[in-house]
Amino acid sequence: MIGPDLLDMADLDAEAITTILDTAEGFKDVALRPIKKVPTLRGRTVCNLFFEDSTRTRISFEIAEKRLSADVINFSAKGSSVAKGESFKDTALTLQAMGVDAIVIRHAASGAAQQLTRWVDARVLNAGDGTHQHPTQALLDLYTIRERFGRVEGLEVAVVGDVVHSRVARSVCQGLVTMGAHVTVVGPPTLLPPALETWGVRVSHDLDAVLPGLDVCYLLRVQRERMHAQFFPTSREYARIWGLDADRLAVLPEHAAILHPGPMNRGVEITADVADAPNALITEQVSNGIAVRMSVLYLLLGGEEGAEA
Amino acid sequence: MSSTLFTFTGARVVDPASGRDEIANVVVEGDRIAAVGEDSRGLRIDADGLVAAPGLVDLHVHLREPGGEDAETVASGTRAAALGGFTAVCPMANTQPVCDHVGVVEQVLRLARDAGHCDVYPVGAITRDLAGAELAELGSMAAIGVNCFSDDGHPVQSAQVMRRALAYAKTWDAIICNHSEEATLTAGAQLNEGEASTRLGLAGWPHEAEEIVVVRDLILAEGLGARLHVPHVSTAGTVELVRAAKARGVRVTAEATPHHFALTDARAEGYDAVNKVNPPLRTDADVAAVRAGLADGTIDAIATDHAPHAPEHKEQAWLHAPCGMLGLETVLAVTLTELVHTGVLTLAQAVEKLSTGPARTRDIAGHGGPIAPGQPANLVLFDPEARWRVDAAKLASRSRNNPFDGAELRGQVLHTVLRGRFTTRDGETVEVGEPAGARA
Repeated sequence: MIGPDLLDMADLDAEAITTILDTAEGFKDVALRPIKKVPTLRGRTVCNLFFEDSTRTRISFEIAEKRLSADVINFSAKGSSVAKGESFKDTALTLQAMGVDAIVIRHAASGAAQQLTRWVDARVLNAGDGTHQHPTQALLDLYTIRERFGRVEGLEVAVVGDVVHSRVARSVCQGLVTMGAHVTVVGPPTLLPPALETWGVRVSHDLDAVLPGLDVCYLLRVQRERMHAQFFPTSREYARIWGLDADRLAVLPEHAAILHPGPMNRGVEITADVADAPNALITEQVSNGIAVRMSVLYLLLGGEEGAEA
Repeated sequence: MSSTLFTFTGARVVDPASGRDEIANVVVEGDRIAAVGEDSRGLRIDADGLVAAPGLVDLHVHLREPGGEDAETVASGTRAAALGGFTAVCPMANTQPVCDHVGVVEQVLRLARDAGHCDVYPVGAITRDLAGAELAELGSMAAIGVNCFSDDGHPVQSAQVMRRALAYAKTWDAIICNHSEEATLTAGAQLNEGEASTRLGLAGWPHEAEEIVVVRDLILAEGLGARLHVPHVSTAGTVELVRAAKARGVRVTAEATPHHFALTDARAEGYDAVNKVNPPLRTDADVAAVRAGLADGTIDAIATDHAPHAPEHKEQAWLHAPCGMLGLETVLAVTLTELVHTGVLTLAQAVEKLSTGPARTRDIAGHGGPIAPGQPANLVLFDPEARWRVDAAKLASRSRNNPFDGAELRGQVLHTVLRGRFTTRDGETVEVGEPAGARA
């Protein structure tokens, strides 16, 4: 069951995820055509409602929307009515009154996407809410992993780094577990929230012990500012203990893939040479993101009209 | 008022102060109770099936006036209190301006007197402007009757300030009530740290932040022989700390809120910020510990921490919404539903926690019983069985942030009597000057 909204990876079972990934495969070809456009969402209006700065995710969604021929509105909180003090609810009611068909929302507050569904009839796509969820990121990661290995089930995956502050970690771990991967979350205890075992993952603080058995090493962004709140002493020490560098890359099995949701902090969680290594799939993640977002928009909005495309 | 003469007939009189729990008539003459027993004089008001208890007393409310009148006023908050069965409430000091001097205390007292719904016993601030640095003029406030001081919502961080406040307040044997929260552990915190906060991506609010300050304050109060009140106990650890302190003779009292004995952090699911509160909703284990603390006397009082917020503030993203919940109009029913009908407390114990206990811990004379001849007629009559559904839109409070909105509760207030005058009659407000027996 997919929809009516896409808020949380917990709402998607393995069948739904498979449908999304299969559909994305079909859309990936669009990027290879001379005219990169299908008429699927012609006449549909999609609003990209971004309360938080984001370049990568917004551009990815915007390309996906335009390739599906949707009418696209970009709403950024800066310089808008929000900056003049309009409440989140009033912004939502305004969009509702304007009759948009879908809202892609990015917000600094966890739960904002779910709250939005209370006030609008439009389909809501969560493009990242606080430290809660970022489901399209998880879906594009699953797509990238499946594309590389032909499956997700049974793979050994480590998710490494700042889990407590990461919406990506929540979505990715859920998606991987749902699809049958074996997930180990790795990082210093200060960056791992309590009750992680309820996610169906293993927890480790020792990256070196985990690396040799991995199929996928998923590195999370570690913001340098975190060291000012004593999550770790220095980014140099973090890099030495939990960062992926060339020495650790050598320990990783040759077939293993390296993923990162970006933007990378080269020199903290990943060194430059690892980021550019052949088994780093970071640019594939970015291009797959467009196909996966097209797939989700199509499945949530396309319906019967979409079928004729 | 000397013409007032009526009798509640056939009520179950539950009065912890006298130990009475029996069917009796209660005769009210003027502003006093004239008789309890078989006597019946004046207007007869059938109270068959109802419980007659001393008017409820709330140690912890926010009436928001002065300064926050969009959310609540003294008149609207005390009207809500009377509808909830209260005859006395203790408003906290975090108004604008702060209740850290005599002027605001007198203003709140006058507003409450004019409204006439409920007695108020304002809590003064511990420190000027709730800033935690310089002591407020406790003595001048004590001189006009303030006997409890709190920077509620702004925990006193400095051990030195806290120690001085406890010591200084001993002059009047006054109570220091410190919101227990170690602020560096709760910077940015949104929800009890645990499975729910991890899953929902809300910054964790560790239970240790409460317990560390409770430990410190208990040690300070013990050393000084000073009176300490621990507000809104929310963790199992705090219950245990207070229990142990009482056992060794520390002069400590404690309160728990209805939301901390009835709700858990699972309520954050869905991100409705009506469930955002300080201290946060905790876990099942904490709820069980708070209930046990109420049952064994560790926790003396149920207090609502009634904290109105205008809808536009609560209808924000969880991260941006303020903390606080309404409680005055639902606490009796929540207590009956969650604690009495489930067998955690007897009815007499519930009345003790909602009336006699809080009046005793705060030395509030004339409230909390006993229901006996010559005593002020401060009474609540409620139907312990009646089922009703909470509709936040119909509350007398100016705000709507009641977490029990939509819930079916068991137990309903019919009448509240303040010194012989009905403030609530048949579940409806009676304004000052309205004939008391109009709907008889």
